Amino acid sequence: MDLNTIWFILVGVLLTGYAVLDGFDLGTGALILFVKDDTDRRIFLNAIGPVWNGNEVWLVTGGGALFAAFPNVYATVFSGFYDAFMLLLAALIFRAAAIEFRGQYPGARWRAMWDTVFAVASVSGALLIGVAIGNLVWGIPLDPHHEFRGDFFTLLKPYTLLVALTGLALFAMHANLYLLLKTEGALQRRLAGWTKRTIPAYLVLFALMNAATVIARPMVRDALQSRLPLIGAIFIVSVAITFNIVRLVQRARYGLAFISSAGSIVTLMMLFGAAIYPNLVFSWPEPANSLNIVNGASTQPSLKFMFIVAIIGVPIVLAYTASIYYVFRGKVTLTDHSY
Amino acid sequence: MSTVLLSRGQFALTIAFHFIFPPITIGLGLILVFMQGMRLRTGNPLYTSMAHFWTKIFGLIFAIGVATGIPMEFQFGTNWANYARFVGDIFGSPLAIEGVYAFFLESGFLAILLFGWNKVGPRMHFLATCLVALGAHFSAIWIIVANSWMQTPAGYHLARAVKEIASGQQFPMSAELGNAAFTVKELPLPAGYVVQPSDLGDVRAVVDDFAKAILNPSTLDRLTHTIIACWIIGALVVASVSAFWLLKGRHRDTARISLKIGLGVAAAASLLQLISADITATGVARRQPEKLAAMEGLAATRSEAPMGIVGIVRWQRDSTGRITGLRENVLRVPALLSILVSGDFLDPARGAKTVVRGLDDLPSDSFLRVRHPAATDAELAALRPNYWPSVPWVFQSYHLMISIGVFLVAMTLFGILLWKTGRLWESDKRFVRAYLWLLVFSPALAEIATQAGWFTAEVGRQPWIVYHVLRTHDATSVVVHSGQIARSIVLFCLIYVMLGALFVTLFTRIVQKGPPHDEPDAGLPEKFEPLSLKAGRET
Repeated sequence: MDLNTIWFILVGVLLTGYAVLDGFDLGTGALILFVKDDTDRRIFLNAIGPVWNGNEVWLVTGGGALFAAFPNVYATVFSGFYDAFMLLLAALIFRAAAIEFRGQYPGARWRAMWDTVFAVASVSGALLIGVAIGNLVWGIPLDPHHEFRGDFFTLLKPYTLLVALTGLALFAMHANLYLLLKTEGALQRRLAGWTKRTIPAYLVLFALMNAATVIARPMVRDALQSRLPLIGAIFIVSVAITFNIVRLVQRARYGLAFISSAGSIVTLMMLFGAAIYPNLVFSWPEPANSLNIVNGASTQPSLKFMFIVAIIGVPIVLAYTASIYYVFRGKVTLTDHSY
Repeated sequence: MSTVLLSRGQFALTIAFHFIFPPITIGLGLILVFMQGMRLRTGNPLYTSMAHFWTKIFGLIFAIGVATGIPMEFQFGTNWANYARFVGDIFGSPLAIEGVYAFFLESGFLAILLFGWNKVGPRMHFLATCLVALGAHFSAIWIIVANSWMQTPAGYHLARAVKEIASGQQFPMSAELGNAAFTVKELPLPAGYVVQPSDLGDVRAVVDDFAKAILNPSTLDRLTHTIIACWIIGALVVASVSAFWLLKGRHRDTARISLKIGLGVAAAASLLQLISADITATGVARRQPEKLAAMEGLAATRSEAPMGIVGIVRWQRDSTGRITGLRENVLRVPALLSILVSGDFLDPARGAKTVVRGLDDLPSDSFLRVRHPAATDAELAALRPNYWPSVPWVFQSYHLMISIGVFLVAMTLFGILLWKTGRLWESDKRFVRAYLWLLVFSPALAEIATQAGWFTAEVGRQPWIVYHVLRTHDATSVVVHSGQIARSIVLFCLIYVMLGALFVTLFTRIVQKGPPHDEPDAGLPEKFEPLSLKAGRET
């Protein structure tokens, strides 16, 4: 496999890591206003408390890796999506502030305010990420210099909004399952009840989005024809994993259900990757101006050096990230150190 | 306003606000390692309660550091897309390495540090503290590597991308080849190639040697200088809070120990900083002479070059408002700059003979000639100021940094003297109280010095974004309009005002609460005791 393809996968791995991990943080934000009791809200917050900061690092590192491996893509996407991206940054900052400041004063109004900020920031963050991904599948207008020719409203199409909603539903379901693992008693029973809405909501949107993609995007149909066995296999696995969540939740196998929903995100990202490869930014209506793994990339020496860096670093990161999750396994208990 | 100015303004705003916080966590990380180490060695509960308290502060500052740091990772793409395309082959790597090797380490083990008190043993907790401190230092290393490459680029060549078809014929990247299959080739450009604005998109810096790019000529100087600055800030934050408690007569035992730690580290680091400052400035003189001349407001090339202490440097302009030179009004020490640049402290008379180039000759005629081949000598001289940084700014920010730096050395050494003579604890004496109040506000001084230092480094690099290679003017995103940047600046301003206000409120709240396992307020000089503790008021 050539280095450019390896880096296509590696950047994908980092962004998938972000979606799987920060996905349940963003989803927790989307769900928090549905519990009213302060203790319950604190349990939600502290379920993600020790890990949300580290989860966000996957995005930062994904950005850094994109810069190092595909600088043209980094430049085109972030300058092109300027307004959307500034809103995402603002949302991420507000989320951090909400988590950090909420618990500092006991006042009900103070806490309600930060809970709203947390919810709005998380929901808009999830939606903006979805809009970005939707646009990368749909294609954005690029000129021959690979510069984006459009504005914020170019990005808002029915299709990209559908992807955004699907992403939000996915994160909400993902968080719902994560919180089931982290809670007990009455709160856990309530959360189990919510799965009757969050899971079907995602399943419907998931089906709609896949149908819309295949029907409306000729580029994806081409990819489908040339890589049918691969895409077909991922798709079948994806559907199997995703629909299996329903069965696992009914049997109260919450751990497996959460892992399945993580698998659902992973397979979705794989489908996304398989559909756009070898393009990174698909240009539409002029496909010739697309940025792909060759014309968007750094030089071979650079990709090779960074590959060595990643092959040493990423396993270490995975090892200690796993052990940190292991340390904080089990149900949330509120202490002096909690949020 | 132009997009260049707005983008520079936004970058300055976001990086300056962000950089309030990481130096504290870098310095405080080191001190936490010491406190946790002492806790393990001595088992003294005071160290435990100290570690608890400072970990809480660390967590708050770290969270704001992360929140304000995320925009930094992406702004090269949002606002400086041409720059990102031009340098991505080299500059992206340190940022990615920073993520993989520093941010994950820091944020992962911070979870254990903050929330793991009852989940892991004290040894594991100590290890987590070490790894967080290590991660904080790693992140400093990689971001300084990246920034130093902008100051003194090395280990690269410039290359132009072309399309090559099967016959071997080559076309520019913008050529429309229809359905013909082509591969992208990068042709190396000769050394000293002058990048034209029309090249951007096709010409970029390509790595030859990562070791040389990472350890470029200024990396080590600037890394040392920045890390020591971080230690000073972290240590002074510890000293500041301890001094505040001593003044208020609270947590006296904790306050005494942590004041000693803070003052000790700050004094040692300030002294080290003098050496590092000298090495850094000498390096600037050698590698970025325009920056040094701007720092000192030096117009004429001369031996026995003086060093400015305080003063004003203004632009001299002709009747059309064009910059022609400098108007200096500065108190100077004769020949000192020449001696410092030569490094010949043992033989100052010889050192004083060292010639320091002034802005009248910078950049050199040959450098300008390559860029303006058709210009006459007089035109060349008139063009020269276009290649100068903003001398009035650089001069002032540099001197602000130096003045505060020297003051901090004196302040911390005086504190050590008070400590060793035992007077530091006589917190009823007026001058001791005055000194403690000075300590309370000293982190602000150190922060101002650090920010001023960065302004010197970055404004002093102008008009270049990559020194002598790419102009800042050519580096912005062409698709981003000034209205968009203005909106995002307003957005960042609102967010940062909110974050700043909340940070100050919460920080003071945590300090007011103090460490857990509080000791009684015994031993307070009577006149400063709370009324409730005074004799006869017991209820």
